[in-house]
Amino acid sequence: MDFEMSEEQALIVEQVRRFVRDEVAPLEANLDPDASRLEPEDQARLTKMTREMGLYGLGIPPEFGGPEIDIVTQTLIAMETSQHRAGLYSPCYGAFGGAGLAQLFEADDYQKERYLFPMLRGEKRGFFGLTEPSGGSDPARAIRTKAVRDGDDWLITGTKIFISGADVADFGIVFARTDASKGRGGVTCFIVDADTPGFHVRRVVHTLRSGHYGTELQFEEARVPHRNVLGEVNRGFAIANDRLTRQRIPYAAGCIGVAIKAQAMCIDYAKQRETFGAALATRQAVQWMVVDNEIDIRTARWATLAAACKAKRGEPYRADAAMAKLLASEGASRVVDRAIQIHGGYGVTKDFPFERWYREMRIRRIGEGPSEVQRIVMARELFDQALY
Amino acid sequence: MARVRLDKPWRPLDAATVADLRGELGVYQLADDAGRLLRIGYAGGRSLFGLRGELGAALAANEAARFRVEVTAQYLSRYEELLMVHKADFGDLPPGNAADGRRRLGRLSPG
Repeated sequence: MDFEMSEEQALIVEQVRRFVRDEVAPLEANLDPDASRLEPEDQARLTKMTREMGLYGLGIPPEFGGPEIDIVTQTLIAMETSQHRAGLYSPCYGAFGGAGLAQLFEADDYQKERYLFPMLRGEKRGFFGLTEPSGGSDPARAIRTKAVRDGDDWLITGTKIFISGADVADFGIVFARTDASKGRGGVTCFIVDADTPGFHVRRVVHTLRSGHYGTELQFEEARVPHRNVLGEVNRGFAIANDRLTRQRIPYAAGCIGVAIKAQAMCIDYAKQRETFGAALATRQAVQWMVVDNEIDIRTARWATLAAACKAKRGEPYRADAAMAKLLASEGASRVVDRAIQIHGGYGVTKDFPFERWYREMRIRRIGEGPSEVQRIVMARELFDQALY
Repeated sequence: MARVRLDKPWRPLDAATVADLRGELGVYQLADDAGRLLRIGYAGGRSLFGLRGELGAALAANEAARFRVEVTAQYLSRYEELLMVHKADFGDLPPGNAADGRRRLGRLSPG
């Protein structure tokens, strides 16, 4: 196995690295340290640049207008775009676009015209409504929101929580139970317009991320036409599961990018900062922290690229993606923690990005499936079939 | 669960009251003598002296007669929430937040 970048990959990575360093990072000097958004004119300018670079819309299949960039190269790009203060959750403030709700690529023609294409053109926004107050780690069983058939429609009733972007969305993909007698085989996926009577965004859910929030949604017999069923009735869990697996690779890559940036800052600082008459870099305690950082980074990077390579080859990669997500989120958390330790008091101030990364990285060990669920995913495969 | 609306009693926006504030992060509301809300703001990571600095600036600009604050590390999401709640309650943003309408603000039905 060879992880050496091709000439084309190296050129793209260098181009993205310069973009982050020269165009994105300087803007953050004037933003609130917790900001997740740019001024609209800056956002438009950066997006125009990524379009000119031919890198806008990563994750969108070429047949829907996305660039011809494979998942390994996308992973390498994601390791670059997160290397700034807001980069973990707002890589380059969205200037590279994205696939949005990738489940809609499987939609029928009516749904594509009404939801997918406007979303890809940036005219409509969607949200992903899966998690409920009863739990998020085991969605197949935790889903209590129910949908009952009523003529040509479905009536959806229930509550969703921690849903990002529902308050600004035009529609959402909502999972509801349509057969109470079945577990994962009784869940259906619906496309719900945000102006549907009975659909409410009840409250903002504040988290460790000041610049972003989740929302709590309530459905009170929200009437949704049958043609808004995405996929097949009672086959919705497969749609959710596919998304969760696919998301884990870029999710891991984002963590790694932040860890790489934190590590570079640690090395720079340790060379400059002196204690008791010598640079921190000469102290074994600091050297070992930096070495441990590197071990965490390389372990996660290799695991994530290995998962991406499998996905590119069309091989099953669910366990590999789970391992990458676990290694990257836990390893990067340790890297950021050590970075704070090396920077001392400055490490916990808002003058540096570490305190923000520390808070946000804590969420990464839970989001897209907590570490424990990643282990469950891997264990299932280990006991079912060999991993390699 | 935290309260959605900021409904603490108004305090006079004067030098002595502002001087009593600490330099913490958080959100604030400004109102006129009649208690009409004029602007919602926040003291964030770049605010010099936090809430005391922000309210001091509002006092110096003679921007309002009253204020109230809420100390919170989630100042950005709380700020947006207060804007959304105001819009849900009154159909529009406070006059001093008109410029915030440039951004896409969320919809909330707090009930």
